[in-house]
Amino acid sequence: MRTKKTVPEVNAGSMADIAFLLLIFFLVTASIENDTGLKRMLPQENAKTTINIKKRNLFEISINPQNDLMVEDQIIKLKELRDMTITFLDNGGMAQGQMGFCGYCQGERSAHLSENPEQAIVSLTTSRNSDYAFYVSVQNEIIGAYNVLRNREGQRLFNMDYESLVSNYNKVDATTSEKSVLKRKIVTLRAMYPQKIVEPETIYH
Amino acid sequence: MAKFAKKKDGDLPAVSTASLPDIVFMLLFFFMTVTTMKDSSLLVQNTLPNASEVKKLEKKDRVIYIYVGKPTREYQSVYGTEPKIQLNDKFASVGEVGSYILAERAKKPQELQNVLTTALKVDKDANMGLISDIKQELRQVNALKVNYTTYEGDAFNNLQ
Repeated sequence: MRTKKTVPEVNAGSMADIAFLLLIFFLVTASIENDTGLKRMLPQENAKTTINIKKRNLFEISINPQNDLMVEDQIIKLKELRDMTITFLDNGGMAQGQMGFCGYCQGERSAHLSENPEQAIVSLTTSRNSDYAFYVSVQNEIIGAYNVLRNREGQRLFNMDYESLVSNYNKVDATTSEKSVLKRKIVTLRAMYPQKIVEPETIYH
Repeated sequence: MAKFAKKKDGDLPAVSTASLPDIVFMLLFFFMTVTTMKDSSLLVQNTLPNASEVKKLEKKDRVIYIYVGKPTREYQSVYGTEPKIQLNDKFASVGEVGSYILAERAKKPQELQNVLTTALKVDKDANMGLISDIKQELRQVNALKVNYTTYEGDAFNNLQ
């Protein structure tokens, strides 16, 4: 006579306890870390370089210890900074037909703002006692101004925002051929509005 | 005649706990994916400022962290309330930043040594003097890629 043998079932009742233990371990040892931020490049360290640039191509921003903002010799609110920076960068003051004429600029082409975006330099001077938080806000507005312009040109040329081009480029599942296409577009836009932000000790002569 | 057996009153059916492990495992996996391991405990206060034009730091192995802020309460009696720099697990002076960066860079694999980013995790109450000194140090060791770590938010909230 054959008896039907059954495999005894493993008791899974303590599974929940084990999982809870693991869960609590991870809760204790882990932390959600913040990893977003403003990306900036510092200038190269080379001894005492002075460059001569035209004053119209320099957009001077300074922050004093009381966290007031001075742009081109007038005190302004932080909210106005982005628009002022855009006006400066997008001015394209070089006359048509001359070297360095900016065809894609939509600015007012005024005579005392930048000649073209490649020449345009934003200079940011801080005092030692200014707040870091305020400095970050100012940096944010400057980068924002560049992004607005790059987005505009991205829409015009490629029907796509600069920022979405960059985020597509950084996607993990992008293929190499897609990436090279995206990279070309990104480089084009960056060359149109190169970020030139300096934090100098400026000398006047 | 109805043949339904009358239910005995009073005893509730037991709730099945068979799916409990699944739920807990789900939670566990959630936490495992969204968190990272703590590598150094903070000795300084670290409330980051807000910014809207942020980029994500993509690869964790290419980042060197520098923390700046007031010492936390338990260290204030020893180190005072002026903002300090924290490198790894201890306080440091500005002069040590350069050698710290070089040491960290030497620890990374060769092919990553040129693409490292320095993440500056600076408390919003710090002032610019210390930051300029750190930046100067970074320039001297040619660590030019910098990320001012911020929360994603409205930059105008920093003013209050």
